[in-house]
Amino acid sequence: MSDILVYVLHYEGTFNKNSLGAVTEGARLASEIDGECHAVVVGGDDLTDELCATIGGHGATKVFRATGPEGLAQPVVDVMAKVIGDNGHSYALFGGGLLGFEIGAGLAARLKAGVTMEVTAINVEDGKLVAERPILQDSSISESRYRSDVGVIIGRLNAFETKESGGGSATVETVDVEFSPFSEKATMVQRGEQRGEDVNIEDAPVLVAGGRGLGKAEGFELCEQLAGALGGAVAATRAVVDAGWYPYSTQIGQTGKTVAPKLYLAAGISGAIQHKVGMQASENIVAINKDSNAPIFEFSDLGIVGDLNKILPKLTDAVKAKKGG
Amino acid sequence: MKICVLVKEVPDAAVEKRIDASTGRMDRKGEKNLNPFDTHAIEAAMQIKEGGVVEVEEVIAVTMGPDSAVRALHKAVSLGADRSVHLSDDSLAGSDVAATGYALAKTLEKESPDLVLLGQQSDDGECYTIGAVVADHLGMPSLTQVIKMDVEDGKLRCERQAEYGYDTVAVELPAVISVGDAINEPRYPSLKAIMGAKKKPLEAVSAGDAGIDAALVGAEGSSVDCGSFKAPPSKEAGQIIEDEDTDETVEKIVAWLDERKLLS
Repeated sequence: MSDILVYVLHYEGTFNKNSLGAVTEGARLASEIDGECHAVVVGGDDLTDELCATIGGHGATKVFRATGPEGLAQPVVDVMAKVIGDNGHSYALFGGGLLGFEIGAGLAARLKAGVTMEVTAINVEDGKLVAERPILQDSSISESRYRSDVGVIIGRLNAFETKESGGGSATVETVDVEFSPFSEKATMVQRGEQRGEDVNIEDAPVLVAGGRGLGKAEGFELCEQLAGALGGAVAATRAVVDAGWYPYSTQIGQTGKTVAPKLYLAAGISGAIQHKVGMQASENIVAINKDSNAPIFEFSDLGIVGDLNKILPKLTDAVKAKKGG
Repeated sequence: MKICVLVKEVPDAAVEKRIDASTGRMDRKGEKNLNPFDTHAIEAAMQIKEGGVVEVEEVIAVTMGPDSAVRALHKAVSLGADRSVHLSDDSLAGSDVAATGYALAKTLEKESPDLVLLGQQSDDGECYTIGAVVADHLGMPSLTQVIKMDVEDGKLRCERQAEYGYDTVAVELPAVISVGDAINEPRYPSLKAIMGAKKKPLEAVSAGDAGIDAALVGAEGSSVDCGSFKAPPSKEAGQIIEDEDTDETVEKIVAWLDERKLLS
């Protein structure tokens, strides 16, 4: 019997889509290794019996619920170590996201377990899980097999599709956990602060995205003009959002939004994995970058090696002329 | 306050990264450099030291790696670290993330730092994870991807971007903090600092010196066996245009877009 324990993140009474994707995947895998998929949630009073039981709809048969601080990794490590210690799960599984990385890594240290991160696919081999992880800018795939009693698998963002299993409600078991002294030494002061205006980029058919290569915040004007001509919206990378050049609500990637427009035009974006995971499903990807070695050229349909300051204004004019003509 | 900064040598980003087929490990030969993300961690340490809110006695660069990793330590010292520690031992080769984090934690234990800083990821393995592993072994609170950090009343006030927006977290010391590249603009080392880097103390530490249990490190001691590789599903390479004549380039882009009915 090999049970799988999946961490499910929630915020303001809603479960995270990537976490539910991991539950879907965990349920699929559990059925192949003669086990069950269980979920674990940590939080406050909003984690009601009714809410927790709904995770059964994605294939979990049981949900372990503990009361604890939200948005911090180490208390969850304490909870998962106890649940696994008491119930003997063989695998711990996480959807993409920052907390999954932190919890999974801490749990691996605690349980002397193997850990694989950025996993894009999980296969079953002789009743055991084998995790596939793309490495070296996705040019090769490494297969992880676990020698430890527990294997920790951290998915890449959007790696696991979220599906309703048609299963009923899960049973909910409350777990009492004594937190490690150091787990209580980090405290949330403010969570989920939105910075900058709220922009909807998820429904735009065309996105012009800007990165560090724009050189300065004003460089976004070039993106806005081109987006205007193309009838689209403007998106941004994490680096420029953190630098305060563009609003957080326009950010694509690991901790931002996931988009799949008809056209994604990336200006001055190198194409790090953290960005790629948020936009690789776009139908047509065009990249403009002055560095011919930029990883984005590996997954763009049309790549232009050149100076965006020269190209974008002329492209805007040409698009306007074409559309007007 | 004593600050340890974990650094790592990585293949130069311009050099093509590849797997050595005979060992199944990353081929780490060729040009190496200090992981660019780590320069932000060193800069963060220097800004605390120079900020004047707390007195920082020492900034120590710590690495694990083969002989060549000394170059990364020299670079770290040229950026401001006072001295460096090099954990190097044949028994450590092939350690996975969990084993590496354990070995680094044992090495850090001997320094008893008040703060351990590191870059949020490395340019080669791209793990966000080593900080959390180290923290659990050291029994310290930990936070990754921090983009703003201030020392206030002996605590750290950290900001980072998480799943639902920006979080502000208060962290008591001692702590392990991974910083993001938006936290600062690392300084360039002066010529004098580069020349002087080799004169600063560099302590070589073996696995035995650090009290590392040999059964828990190296390829044999690692819990993950990732010795097999396969090629990713091939994607047809896109078309590339080198911009020489911008008018012509733009014409080609418009034609490409038009062909795909993206301009209607």
